[in-house]
This record gives sequence, structure tokens and C-alpha cells, in this order.
Amino acid sequence: MSEPRIMWRKAVNNVMLTLTGVAAFGVVCVLFLILGYLLLNGGTSLNLNFFTQLPKPVGETGGGMANAIVGSLKLLLLAALMGLPVGLLAGVYLAEFGGKTFSFVVRYTTDLLNGVPSIVIGIFAYALVVLPVKHFSALAGGVALGIMVIPITVRSTEEFLRGVPNSMREAAMALGASKWKTIVTVVLPAASGGILTGMLLALARVAGETAPLLFTAFGNRYWGQGWGQPIASLPVMIYTYAISPYDDWHRQAWAAGLVLLLLVLLSNLGARFILAKSKAV
Amino acid sequence: MSATTTTMTHEVPPKSGLRVFVDRLKGGDEIAHLITLIAAAGIILITSLLVLELWRTSQLSRAKFGWMFFITKVWDANFDNFGAAPFIYGTLVTSAVALAIAVPLGLASAIFLSELAPRRLSDIVSFLIDLLAAVPSVIYGLLGIFIVVPLMRTTIGPALKKVLGFTPLFAGPNYGVGFLTAGIVLAIMVVPFIISVSREVLLNVPREQREAALAMGATRWESTWQVVVPWARTGIMGSVFLALARALGETMAVTMVIGNNPQISASLFAPGYTIASVIANEFTEATGDLYLSALIELGLVLFLMTFILNGLARILIVATERGGGRPA
Repeated sequence: MSEPRIMWRKAVNNVMLTLTGVAAFGVVCVLFLILGYLLLNGGTSLNLNFFTQLPKPVGETGGGMANAIVGSLKLLLLAALMGLPVGLLAGVYLAEFGGKTFSFVVRYTTDLLNGVPSIVIGIFAYALVVLPVKHFSALAGGVALGIMVIPITVRSTEEFLRGVPNSMREAAMALGASKWKTIVTVVLPAASGGILTGMLLALARVAGETAPLLFTAFGNRYWGQGWGQPIASLPVMIYTYAISPYDDWHRQAWAAGLVLLLLVLLSNLGARFILAKSKAV
Repeated sequence: MSATTTTMTHEVPPKSGLRVFVDRLKGGDEIAHLITLIAAAGIILITSLLVLELWRTSQLSRAKFGWMFFITKVWDANFDNFGAAPFIYGTLVTSAVALAIAVPLGLASAIFLSELAPRRLSDIVSFLIDLLAAVPSVIYGLLGIFIVVPLMRTTIGPALKKVLGFTPLFAGPNYGVGFLTAGIVLAIMVVPFIISVSREVLLNVPREQREAALAMGATRWESTWQVVVPWARTGIMGSVFLALARALGETMAVTMVIGNNPQISASLFAPGYTIASVIANEFTEATGDLYLSALIELGLVLFLMTFILNGLARILIVATERGGGRPA
């Protein structure tokens, strides 16, 4: 083997390996750029009014997004009430009861549902809830988000239940506990950290969803009139404000973006923390 | 007394079939089984209902336009004439641009994380990249409008034009919004998916493969590129399909930076429109049943596209996990 050939191969080796490092570094930088921009632009526009006041009419500066923050929480509550129980129970079914064929179908369908674009889920909720009553409602938004919560919860619940050693189930059964008693008092508590993590991540994911809310929960510049009426939400407000031509609205969009991002990132961090803690025990 | 596992204290009457069933229910197991089964079946029900509703509510548009829907370039609400071609084109072009950027970037990062970085560093970086995947799409849109679009107009666009302006891809006026901008934003959004799945499959390549290549005198890069990556290629393909499925269905970020103009243009600088963004923009203002029905048919098309891609991705990823063989 000639010298130049070796030199060339070594050079290629060094260049390519450095490039992979640069790529990874670059991608991580994007996260910090996003955070940095939002802190910079959102931080300066964020004040107490943002959390306590209603949006001002067009042309007046100031005001806040109190209704959208409460609206987002209400929508999340609906999504949690509708999506989490179904997801949890289906996850228990897959891990503890399921046979072969039917479980396969359920798993496959769950993955399929998980991959459906959120805007299509929005259309579905529209056809299901909005069309029959002919007006947008918080309920419709909750249904859309609830459907999105289900597949994420199912898969994480199943995964963590499978992580529980069989010896624990056998021990409980040997003491005379029936199967459901074993599941409720032994298996679920053992996997609770992981399951909670999965639920939190599912909610964090739908908290930022905008597309399915556009024509279900719609939006509202005032306090909502109840579950059957349109309701404001943080992501939809960010969208509307960002594409508006007003500078003051842009500032508020940044502020709302910062609040939303912190909410999502902190719940992600919190979820990991719960998981790490429950594993350490 | 019967040999049921229940803790009933009263007399058990002679058993009918129903009685036996009720006894078993009281044990609780059957009830628990039934309840969880209903939840699991509920998922299938919801998904089937979703397909059914999309099919049913798009009936009007399907009946009127038939297959012509896919090749008609006109989208005119005033004359009730709707064609999906510009939107399908926009969706495919933005996704292609996104993949052209995200695949090399994602694969390189995954190689770094699985082959070079020490495990601790790799785990921390992967965690940060997972956080990146959790950033809501409307936030990408916000940054897209206020950071990427101006940058495109003043810096990236003119630079590209100077170097590649002779090709039709980079010809024509540059407004800042358009296919290319949407593709760039999409690339950033899907790169975390490529990295996390590819890293997993690369980590699953047996150590012996690397050792054998290195023992033969291969450099680190040669061992990685000629042995490890080909070994994991089906899984990597799977990650690309997953990313593509996500890029196709992405709504908010694209809507905010693509310019929302239903046209088919060779130039990547031109404003365009995607399936997801036209639904997002026009759904609430759709007057007339046919208009709404056409939008829902677009939703159906989008659903089918992502359905097929997700199915393929899953098959590929499962195939590598089974066939690739994990390290012992």
C-alpha cells in the first residue's frame, strides 16, 4: 500500500468524523437558539398583564392572554379526562390480558392513530362534534386533543407494565389475589412512575397542538361561555397574533410562545425526573 | 358449594349458565378483562370511525370531481371548481426539500452519537434532541416568520441565487416565503426523529461487525460507512419514512412560512401551498357544502399518504430489529 493512499484515507477519516460531530453540535445548537430567541423576544414582552388581562381590541396596545391560558388548561383537562382512561385501560389490556391476534390489531391501529396528522384529527372532531350542533365548542377541541392523547398513553403504559417482573405477579397470585387485584394493587403501582411519565408527555405534546383546534375550539377573545362554546387557547392565539400585521400583537405572540415553550419543556423535564426517581427506588 | 373463587357467603342456588357467568363476573377478573377490552376495542372503533367520517363527508367532492381531483390545477371557490394538484405538489416539494437537508444532517448526527461520542455525552445530547422534538409546531412557525423568512430574504436567498441561480430551482423572485423556507423549517422539525431512531438502530449493530472491519485495517470512518451503516440501513430507511410522514402532515409551521399561494412552480423561492395548510386556512371560511367536502377530501388524501408511509416505516424498523440481530 502506497503512502499517499494511506494519508488520503486518514484524511477522509478525520474530515468525515469531524463533520458528524459538527452536525450533532449544530442540531443541539438549534434547541438553544430557539430558547434564546424566545427568551430574548418573549421575555421583554412578558408582564403581569399578560397573565391577568383579556386581549385588547385591535388598535389598543396592552392587554393579555388570561383567557387563552385558562382555555388551554380547560382543553387539556378535557383531553386528559377523555384520553387518559382509555389509553391506560387499553395499555393494561395489551400488557396483561391480550391474546395474540387481537392485540396485534390493537397495537397496529394505535400506531396508525399516532401517525395521523393532527389536522386530520381536527377534521374528524369537526365532523363528529361540530357538524351536528353547527357551532365550534371547547368540547370539540377536547375531543380532538383527547384522541391524540390515547395512542401515546397506550404505548407507554404497555411498555412500563411489561417492565414489571413476572415474579411480582406470581407472588401476588400465590397469596390468593385474583388477577385484577394483582394488577390494581401490585402491577400498576410498580409501574406507576413510568405510566405517569407517559401521561405527562402525552399531555405536554397535545398542549402545543394548534392545527386540531383551529376549527374545533376555534378561538375566543373573551372569557368562554362554557364547554359548549368556542374557547381561546394559547397555541391558536400565538398563530393568530403571529400572522397579524400589528407589532404589538407580534410582541404578545413571542410572550405567549415563551410561556408555551417553558410549559412544554418543563413538563418534559418533570416527566424524566419522575421516571428517574421511580427507577432509583 | 361450587368451587368458584368468589367470597360469597349466601347459598348458591342450582346453577344456570347465566349464574355461572355472574359468579365469574363477581370474581372481578372477567369484569376487568371486559373493561380493558372495551377500551382497546374503542381505539379500533375511533380509528375506523375516523376513516369512515372522512370518506362520508368527502362524498360530495368525490362524486363531482372523481380522479380529476388529483390533476386539476384550479382551486376556485367562486366557481365551485376544486383540484388538489397544487397542494399535492406543494406537500411533496416541501417534504423533499426537508428530507434533502434532514437526512444527511440526521444520519451524521446519529453516527456521531452512536459511534464516536462517549455514552454519557451521547445520552445527554440525545435528551436535548428529544426536547427539540417536543417543541410545538406553532413555535417553529413563530421563529420561521420572524427569523427564517427575513434571513431568507436578505441572506440565504441572494447567496443561493448567486451560486445556483442558473438552475430553474433557484430562479425567479425571492420573497422570503415559499417552498424552500418551508422545507428548511420542516427539516429542523423532523431531524430529531431521524436522529433518535437511527441512533437506536446503529447502537444495535453488533460490536463484532466494527471490530472485524477495524481488524482488517479499515479506518474508523470506513468501518462506520462501509460496515455499520449498511448493516443498519433498513432501520435508517424506516426513520426516514417516519420523518417523511411527519413532514407531509405538518401544518402550522408550514402554513406560516410557505406563502399560501396555490401554484405549481419549479422555483423553490416561489410561494406555494400544502394540503395541510390549505385545510388550516380555509376550513373555517369554507362556504358551501362542496367547498367543505373538497377540503375534507384533501384531508383524506393526506391521511392515506401518511398511512402508507407509517406502515412502511414500521415494517422496515421491525425488519431490522428481527433480521439485524442484536448484540448478544
